[in-house]
Amino acid sequence: MNRIRIWFGKNEAAWYLSPGISVMAFVFLFSIARVIQLSFMRIAKTADEVDRFVGLSNYRLILTEKPFIEAIKHNALLVLIVPVILVFLSILISSILFDRIRGWKFYRSLIFLPYILAIPVVGIAFTYIFQLNGILNTVLRFLHLDFAALNWLGSPKIALYTIMIVIIWKEIGFGVILFLARLSSVNEEIFEAARLDGANWWQVLRYITIPQLGTIIEFYIVIEAIMMFSWVFNYVFVMTAWGGPGTSTYILEFYIWLNAFRFNNMGYATTAAVILLIFTSLLIFIWMRLRNRRESGYE
Amino acid sequence: MSNTGSKLSGKTNLSSFINGLWKHLLIVIICISVLFPIYFMVITSVKTQGQYLNNIWAISFPFNFLNFGEAFKGRFLLWFKNSAILTFGSTVLATFFASLMAYAFARLKFRGKNGILSSIISLMVIPPAVIILPIVVLWSKIGLINTYAGAIIVYTGLILPFSVYLLTNFFRTIPTEIIEAAVIDGCSTFQVFRLIVLGLSKPAIFTNIIVNAVWIWNELFVAMILLPNEKMKTLMVGLAVFKTHYNVNVPVIMAGLIIATLPMAVLYLMGQNFLIKGLIVGYGK
Repeated sequence: MNRIRIWFGKNEAAWYLSPGISVMAFVFLFSIARVIQLSFMRIAKTADEVDRFVGLSNYRLILTEKPFIEAIKHNALLVLIVPVILVFLSILISSILFDRIRGWKFYRSLIFLPYILAIPVVGIAFTYIFQLNGILNTVLRFLHLDFAALNWLGSPKIALYTIMIVIIWKEIGFGVILFLARLSSVNEEIFEAARLDGANWWQVLRYITIPQLGTIIEFYIVIEAIMMFSWVFNYVFVMTAWGGPGTSTYILEFYIWLNAFRFNNMGYATTAAVILLIFTSLLIFIWMRLRNRRESGYE
Repeated sequence: MSNTGSKLSGKTNLSSFINGLWKHLLIVIICISVLFPIYFMVITSVKTQGQYLNNIWAISFPFNFLNFGEAFKGRFLLWFKNSAILTFGSTVLATFFASLMAYAFARLKFRGKNGILSSIISLMVIPPAVIILPIVVLWSKIGLINTYAGAIIVYTGLILPFSVYLLTNFFRTIPTEIIEAAVIDGCSTFQVFRLIVLGLSKPAIFTNIIVNAVWIWNELFVAMILLPNEKMKTLMVGLAVFKTHYNVNVPVIMAGLIIATLPMAVLYLMGQNFLIKGLIVGYGK
């Protein structure tokens, strides 16, 4: 005890760090260590059973599970498609707003609006919008675009893409704000010089705007990719009936929740959680490298 | 698209007009798509069910505000209270812990500082689905499931990494001269923290509170798992239940969604500039 007191006395920072670190150590370190441990066990389902060490057998079993493979496939689609579209739209919108068209501040506020709404709120509202006879299809039919009036959430082929639309709708404001802020910190003269040299809008975008946005684009892609692994559950939960139709909107988070809390299969749930952790760790690693490069680049 | 002529020629005026026009058109189309779902929510919430079924996309008069009363029946107030307690408790606790830590990272010297800070920041992106299973097992064993305390501990942990990152960035911007002057005047490290750093960082602390309050208020996954009891449900979890209950009465559901959104919308409007600044300092420079 005395030793600890002396150490704290010498290390002033420990006083400031220890309350926060202890909470985080529990929530993150304990949980991650334990979830990894559990993934190697057969977990007791009744009171008279005990947890048994079973090595990699959970991993072997889960890889033959069709719903699990489906879930991974859907996460992969989300990661490959959503960040790319978000970046494309954010560049387009922020560069137009950056040209200071009349009312740009007003437009910026409007576009940022969905970002502050809760996912369950957004998800529930969109469930009704995307109904077969919902407002969207009614409008499309009115415009004689009947071919576009799809069964948005009811068809297994397009339900996942419908969810992507909602995610993009909600997340776009963040990208626009981020990119606009970066552009505002660029020396205005670079743009002026290019325009005076006769560069058209596309050339300014291609040779000035996009290179200036470079690092923040990478950063935004990684952040959104991480989101596609860790924050899609809420959409799936409120917009679909149990990841349906069928298993067409299963994702890793949903698979974990389903196995842990509905099928009472903690073995699969913890194993899937470890696999999710591996995927996000890869992205975190990329993110930290970008961050370090950015910090050393600016200081 | 040619804008290559000299600035003085009439042709440039015309082409710059066209240039401005397509930009405006595009932005207006984008804004309409952004507003369309919100328009739907708002107009539907003041319709009767008959009006909704008759004409799904027009505004109907007179407005029917009874939906809001209907939505408030049942457990809405209880869910409201639960969400408010969790949001307040976790935000205050996390902001307090995080400001202590951020001060150490920004102003004190100790071994392994950068390593520890980087590790904490990387925790920001650990999915809740990874950490929730061992916690729920432990909480069930020691009776913390369905308690405010149990959920507040987990929420505090989850928002700490972001808070530390945000506040460290802010605290670093406080000029060293001010702190040195305070030290010369005889302030202890803790007094410097309390009087100088906290005193000068009110906007940062306010930003941190808003960002995290919105996050917790809007959170569904963790709340659903840690607080499954009917009486402990948060507003977001309640909304999912509410939706099944009123499934066919769309106007009442929309009224419920609007009620659930209002507190955070007000908080957001109060601190809009802070929030945007916070996101920028937090994520990108």
